[in-house]
Amino acid sequence: MPADRLVVGALALLLAAGCAGGGTDPEEAPPLASNAARNPQDDKPAYGDAIVFGTIGDASTLIPMLASDSASHEYAGNIFDGLLTYDKTLSTLEPRLAERWEVEDGGQRITFHLRRDVKWTDGKPFTARDVQFGFNLIRDPSTLTAYAEDYKQVQTFELIDDWTFRVVYEKPFAPALSSWGSMVVLPRHLLEGKNINESDFGQHPVGLGAHVFEDWERNTRFTLRANPTYYRGRPWIERVVYRVIPDEATQFLELKSGGLDMMGLTPLQYTRQTSTPVFAQDFRKYRYVSNAYTYMGYNLSDPRFADVRVRRAFSHAINKQEIVDAVLMGLGKPAEGPYRPGTAWLNKDLPAYTWDPAKSRALLAEAGWTDTDGDGVVDKDGVPFSFRILTNQGNDQRLKTATIIQKRLRDVGVDASVRVLEWSAFINDFIDKRKFEAIVLGWSLSLDPDQYDIWHSSKTGYKQFNFVGYNNPEVDELLEKGRRTFDEAERKRIYDRIQMILYEDQPYTFLYVPEATPILASRFHGIEEQPAGISWNFPLWYVPAGQQKYTITK
Amino acid sequence: MLSYLAKRLAGFVPLLLGISFVSFMVMAMAPGSPVDLMTDMNPKASPEARVQLEKYYGLDQPLHVQYRLWLGRIVHGDLGTSFSRDRRPVLDKILEALPITLMINVLDLALILMLAIPIGIYSAARQYSLVDRITTVFVFIGFAMPSFWIALLAMMFFGEHLGWLPISGLRSLDYDSMTTLGKVGDRIAHLILPVGIAAVTGLAGMSRYMRSSMLEVLRQDYVQTARAKGLSERVVLMRHALRNALLPVVTLLGLSIPGLIGGAVIAETIFAIPGMGRLFYTSVLARDYPVVMGITLIGALLTLVGNLLADLMYVAVDPRLRKR
Repeated sequence: MPADRLVVGALALLLAAGCAGGGTDPEEAPPLASNAARNPQDDKPAYGDAIVFGTIGDASTLIPMLASDSASHEYAGNIFDGLLTYDKTLSTLEPRLAERWEVEDGGQRITFHLRRDVKWTDGKPFTARDVQFGFNLIRDPSTLTAYAEDYKQVQTFELIDDWTFRVVYEKPFAPALSSWGSMVVLPRHLLEGKNINESDFGQHPVGLGAHVFEDWERNTRFTLRANPTYYRGRPWIERVVYRVIPDEATQFLELKSGGLDMMGLTPLQYTRQTSTPVFAQDFRKYRYVSNAYTYMGYNLSDPRFADVRVRRAFSHAINKQEIVDAVLMGLGKPAEGPYRPGTAWLNKDLPAYTWDPAKSRALLAEAGWTDTDGDGVVDKDGVPFSFRILTNQGNDQRLKTATIIQKRLRDVGVDASVRVLEWSAFINDFIDKRKFEAIVLGWSLSLDPDQYDIWHSSKTGYKQFNFVGYNNPEVDELLEKGRRTFDEAERKRIYDRIQMILYEDQPYTFLYVPEATPILASRFHGIEEQPAGISWNFPLWYVPAGQQKYTITK
Repeated sequence: MLSYLAKRLAGFVPLLLGISFVSFMVMAMAPGSPVDLMTDMNPKASPEARVQLEKYYGLDQPLHVQYRLWLGRIVHGDLGTSFSRDRRPVLDKILEALPITLMINVLDLALILMLAIPIGIYSAARQYSLVDRITTVFVFIGFAMPSFWIALLAMMFFGEHLGWLPISGLRSLDYDSMTTLGKVGDRIAHLILPVGIAAVTGLAGMSRYMRSSMLEVLRQDYVQTARAKGLSERVVLMRHALRNALLPVVTLLGLSIPGLIGGAVIAETIFAIPGMGRLFYTSVLARDYPVVMGITLIGALLTLVGNLLADLMYVAVDPRLRKR
């Protein structure tokens, strides 16, 4: 899943299914690589060559269930594989290590049938016992994992034979199916009886994915080789290298001088610095909607923000397109809800919250906020409407967003100020203690539509994620129903309704969804742009024999 | 002399204890904890996972107990294990980063001395001459420019535009397949920009020190005496004046010893060098207490040793101190 990780900021992670993606943009059809255009025979897949990715941070461990940073999950995604994964359109799950599965009793029982031809790269066969081992491990209270929740819903794990197992849930749990990704796939024969937390397996793992671990020089370079026995076919590109380059400007210079083959571009680099003829010949740029959104959240226990008219007034005061244009230089889409544009879950009937200062002022007046003393700031009972927007340090896009919002609120007579806080202080002293009025933050979520933890009224406790304190009994009920329903059409109706209620309640003003903007050297062929991005078919990328740059020995 | 040394070394113990205690408390008081990075804003992380992590790292214990446990390990020569999910020994992490930083800083310091001392001597001997003025302007430009900015300009010019030097990192991708000579050349090529830029920006301090202390010495009576008895200007400068003028430079050198292990975060980030600066910075951000404490302790120890060495060097270069 290389290079789809982008500027989306410090928040959350992409889970098992991994990579970011979204709708394709028909205007951005990549030009054909010049050589291939001249000589079609030269466009034949060939083994060999290497691809060099730039990454901002290094991984910590390659055991997926222990990892908590995106670099770790990205590296590990090359080495391990899941039982199933989201397909390239991100709408349905397709088989990987499991060749099929049966969902019975409304989702309470799931039976997995595994492929019988898969081997770990040390030659041992992959069986259901490995999955059982991983499953027991992730549920073991002494395993330091943040991902046990989905697996704790399982009542029994029944091993039928070496390639078949059945899991029974207490209640049907729809996000369960997608949880059978790579999180629980670990080689039992290498790890059994060892303390996983202290094991050095995560520093030089043995996997069964498209690539084999080769070498890891900390904070510098991570190297993988193609797995010649990969069950879906040996990848064409022989070597994969991640170079740790923490500075974006340095990455860009390395890209230009040939030291990197792929990186994520900043909006400025994408729009202004990569339009020269040299770039057009040597590189191709891509853009697709990413897996994250930025929002302004209100503390709903603040009496001013408890009034839905005030929140709607704010949403009408803010010009989302303007923020996209200024902050992302157009490389994003205004958001109206928490689901990614281009996926099936998005409720397409949501009208846009149009930028309408007059309507905003009317709504504020309706809520009792008018400028009675003529100082330009609306007031109520003699108290002017002034509040502070908090955001975290180190995310320039959020700061710019907050500043633009400040200006737009000023236009409707609301006095907002902006304060930037160091991440830990922000979370511990302000969010956890509910000492905020409004925040600009982002979410980056897994692909299942279940958002119970963010919107359910039971999740407002210390360190829980409904920190704005949203409480709507109908949404609570729908959220509970949504995670118990397996029928896709029924689920779609439930989440459409949730989106509509959120749209009316505006506990957040949903601001924008940024686009991923990777750039890739044009010698790589076989790239297919899909809602899932470009990396979903990475093992099928290749460099025609005549264009290979690196000779791989050994 | 030996008893003096013993006394100074014995004094290190309470000092290090104090330093470690204060750093430990300051670190613990900073908002956030090591488990935040793993659980904050991750909807899949349950509160139980959090409690469990805190217990595992011993963060559920009172602070003084945590400090006592840490101290107990230190006394046995164990810097502990990093809180990062790799769970690697702190010592390993430091030993990976330290040689890199040390090499760059020593080269940098050597380059600065090689340039600064002659510049300082020349500018003092020919005060207000054209060369003095030019070097003055030059070193101050270097001093005034932000290092990240010149670094980027130099990378663009030498790395991208001319293609003479590698842009970042310490070795090329195909390093392993090079000849021995090629490997040496590759390493040197990678060092030129980071070391050169650190030297350009650090030249001002040392050369100005050298110049002013040389000027001071040149006004002394004994220099006039030396000139009066007919010694050549060269001998006056190099043999009589320089020795005394070097004293303040020795002080500066002693003070820069602890600096040798402290990497520059910004330069290391720009040049993608995995040195001490980045290790310390990322550890602080992640609240990786054992690594932070390990680096602090080593830094404190080197500062004390550096001061001691500076004092000893005085004795070596200044005969007046030897009699006492």
